[in-house]
Amino acid sequence: MNKNLQSLENNWNQDDFIPATNEEKESLVIMRESVGFWRDGFRRLRKNKVAMISLIVIILIMIISFIVPAFYPYSYKTQLRGSENLKPMTYSEDEQASIDSGESVFPHILGTDKLGRDYAIRIMMGSRISLLVGLIATAIILVIGSTYGAIAGYFGGRIDMILMRIVDVIYTVPDILLIVLLSFALKSPLNNLAKLPAFMWIQTVGVNLISIFIVFALLYWVSMARMVRSQVLMLKESEYVTAARALGASSARIIKKHLLTNCIGTLIVTTTLQIPSSIFTESFLSFLGLGVAVPLPSLGSLASEAINGMNTYPYLLFAPSILISLIILSFNLLGDGLRDAFDPKLKN
Amino acid sequence: MEQNLVEIKNEKLSFFTPAGEVKALNDVSFSLNEGEVLGIVGESGSGKSVTAYSIMGLTSYPGKLIGGTIEFNGHHIDKMSEREMSKIRGNEVSIIFQDPMTSLNPVFTIGNQIKEVIFLHTKCNRKQAQARAMELLKLVGINEPEKRLKQYPHELSGGMRQRVMIAIALACEPKLLIADEPTTALDVTIQAQILELMIELKNKLGMAIIMITHDLGIVASMCEKIAVMYAGKIVEYGTTDEIFYDPKHEYTKGLLLSIPNLDAKEHEKLIPIEGTPIDMLNPPLGCPFAPRCGNCMRICLREMPPITEFGDTHYTQCWINQKPSLINQKTSLINTSDASSKETQGGIV
Amino acid sequence: MIKYISKRIVFSIITIFVVATITFFLMNMVPGGPFLSEKAISPTAQAALEAKYGLDKPLFNQYLTYITDIMHGDFGDSLKQRGRSVNSIIATKFPVSAKVGGIAILISLLIGIPLGSIAAINRGKPVDSAISVIATGGIAIPSFVICTVLMYFVGVHLKLLPTFGLTSWKHYIMPVISLSLYPTSYIMRLMRSSMLDVLGQDYIRTAKSKGLSKFVSVFKHALRNAILPVITYMGPMTVYTITGSFIVEKIFTIPGLGGDFIGAIGSRDYTLIMGTTIFLAALIVIMNMFVDIIYKFVDPRIKLK
Repeated sequence: MNKNLQSLENNWNQDDFIPATNEEKESLVIMRESVGFWRDGFRRLRKNKVAMISLIVIILIMIISFIVPAFYPYSYKTQLRGSENLKPMTYSEDEQASIDSGESVFPHILGTDKLGRDYAIRIMMGSRISLLVGLIATAIILVIGSTYGAIAGYFGGRIDMILMRIVDVIYTVPDILLIVLLSFALKSPLNNLAKLPAFMWIQTVGVNLISIFIVFALLYWVSMARMVRSQVLMLKESEYVTAARALGASSARIIKKHLLTNCIGTLIVTTTLQIPSSIFTESFLSFLGLGVAVPLPSLGSLASEAINGMNTYPYLLFAPSILISLIILSFNLLGDGLRDAFDPKLKN
Repeated sequence: MEQNLVEIKNEKLSFFTPAGEVKALNDVSFSLNEGEVLGIVGESGSGKSVTAYSIMGLTSYPGKLIGGTIEFNGHHIDKMSEREMSKIRGNEVSIIFQDPMTSLNPVFTIGNQIKEVIFLHTKCNRKQAQARAMELLKLVGINEPEKRLKQYPHELSGGMRQRVMIAIALACEPKLLIADEPTTALDVTIQAQILELMIELKNKLGMAIIMITHDLGIVASMCEKIAVMYAGKIVEYGTTDEIFYDPKHEYTKGLLLSIPNLDAKEHEKLIPIEGTPIDMLNPPLGCPFAPRCGNCMRICLREMPPITEFGDTHYTQCWINQKPSLINQKTSLINTSDASSKETQGGIV
Repeated sequence: MIKYISKRIVFSIITIFVVATITFFLMNMVPGGPFLSEKAISPTAQAALEAKYGLDKPLFNQYLTYITDIMHGDFGDSLKQRGRSVNSIIATKFPVSAKVGGIAILISLLIGIPLGSIAAINRGKPVDSAISVIATGGIAIPSFVICTVLMYFVGVHLKLLPTFGLTSWKHYIMPVISLSLYPTSYIMRLMRSSMLDVLGQDYIRTAKSKGLSKFVSVFKHALRNAILPVITYMGPMTVYTITGSFIVEKIFTIPGLGGDFIGAIGSRDYTLIMGTTIFLAALIVIMNMFVDIIYKFVDPRIKLK
């Protein structure tokens, strides 16, 4: 019979039918390595070109805003007499004279404003202020919001109901109105406070800015709280907590490992998307004149000041406008990328 | 030879995902006659639902048919346009899904959803559609039909919702009903009721049924023929008796062994099939079940086994049946790597 | 259902009440009163003015008068715009803002919803990419940027559209575009993700399995479900439109309520500030309540509560 088999042009022989050993089995099975949540997510993020470019842009802008000004030859508040309203890359008469006599004068890359201040450095400082405000405000929102939401979600019942009713009321209060009123109302008390030696910094920062931060602390954390609460609620009831409990893990370990890991993913995404929103609000308010105090620039106030001279000096308007749009866009794209990378449901 | 209701030959289907091509169906062939009940059994991911959906052209994005032919009721499904398909769906072939809660649209009434399919494929007016809808609800065992028609899905229980799904599926008297794990999401007692209902309706209306399930108990009571699927292939095919009493594939044997036995002694261990299904992105060269097989041989890891037939209705693809010591006159050898052997596959019914 | 509506109304009234109280006390935190900056007013004249407006009474009495007046819908007279009552100022200026804002909201819905749906249905194809890019850009550009950019290029350079006032339909174009850019983009994205969610649902598969054409499946089955988040968004959208109008009115010199509000703050026109604040707050609260009620009608699952 063996001869019959071989004559059928098959490539079997008697040996092939020996039982395979476990090693032989395993060598042919390519199991996909199970990666950790974070490594998998970051791998996906790296593949996302748009998000990566946004990240690079953000880093570049950060460098320009925080590091470059330290080396820049001009200051944001120095008014150079005779150098008012210079177009980009031109020199005033005095400066020209200096160059002719052999001195080197750093060019005004973006020209100067109507008070003779170098515009490039003002843009950089403005960007720094806008970013700082955005980041600090987001930090405030993150801390207050997630604590509040976690408490409401975890304890549930009566506590949850009361906390969420409060959230509902706060949610309805119109933010702009409150900011306007608050900054107006706080002006005198804060100014009086600023006279005390420990609080001198209030004058530099500006009453308005403090009001903005206070309002952020009072109002804007509510959507973060709602999100965290719903995460906690969902995870409290979720199947893998039950499974972990069935396997005997103690309550504390359950909370730590499972609840937090999943929650943190969503938290990171929401926070990253909150940053551009905060920056937007700050620039909006600065534009209305309710932001940082003069002479500290913010991208919003720079744009506002530039409107009147729009016809003759359009670059004064476009520089801050483009920059702020770029910042907000990059953060949004990065946030989107993070969400795609870390959301296990791969929502597209 | 009379034409079969369903005739699938060498179907190959893949999902083109961002991670790569998932070869969901790898050369699947079977056929079905009018009025027959076929059970497709397998684990999650074996390809059983994908096969059935492909008959209706319901393959979801990013899936694509990349080989083979699908014939249903004289139509060439693999060549039909979307428009032509939509005339057949709900009309000549219907499907009921696993989870009746999510399969019904929450914002429309039951009546709306039943009458929708009636209006679509028949020329009934509103009065006739209403009458037909009530008739259908009675048929599936829902009382107070007039009241139910005005209700929304969330107002009904799980069992009732599944009955509504069956009513919708049968509204236009299809020739084929595909049931994708219809009772998995229901309580055990309701399960029995729904299955009984399906058999009753089949007898009354004479339609064919494809029953997709992982539960061997269900196929035992309902089906005439069974296809056992694993990793996108039919590894064994036969009548219910043949599969249960004379299984020829190691996987089928494993499945049967793993069914808990009421007569078993206390503390007798359950016998599961060890291991996990393969990665469909990189399917191995040989038999896909080899790594989990207790009787795996060297050749199993190297090559896909050929088809071995046992009589007109029973075949399998397992090397154990090709072992030289087992060869006798009853078995025949076919080399499946030879493409010209399609005629043999066509003869398997 | 009635119970729910009345509960919401009570809740809304409480919220407006809270806002009014906060506003009142904030106003009074500022020392000096409204007449401090007026030039050359003798103390007697100042006292007379204060008496006239009831500002000399103790704070709590002022508060009570204030609340009772509001309940009667009387916001009093403007302190700085002599001879005009706050009600009449609101009555003249608000319709202007409402027209621009209302058109902006309408456009956002009419453009955002269809485009977002189209993007979702054609997911992965060029249409989707194009719409997604435009939408992502649209939410990133602050309203004052788009205002000024439009004004510069279209208004000043190309001289296509007027940049001042609201006298013809042409005047509406740029303000409305500026005001609606963000909500439109937001709705596009919201609709797209909501629609994608819904399209992946089992009941859409059921609809297809019945033989319904793609058009009907989407239009009838998917849209009704996917639009729910957009309805919820209409509340915040109203808030955004109101606050956004402040900027748009300032830049395009439109005689709406926003300008008066900002001006009132600068000139410490107490009554006008409070009247406008409460009016706008009430508007938002009513809009939110309205949205909640509509939502309940559209989604029968929630009907029972």
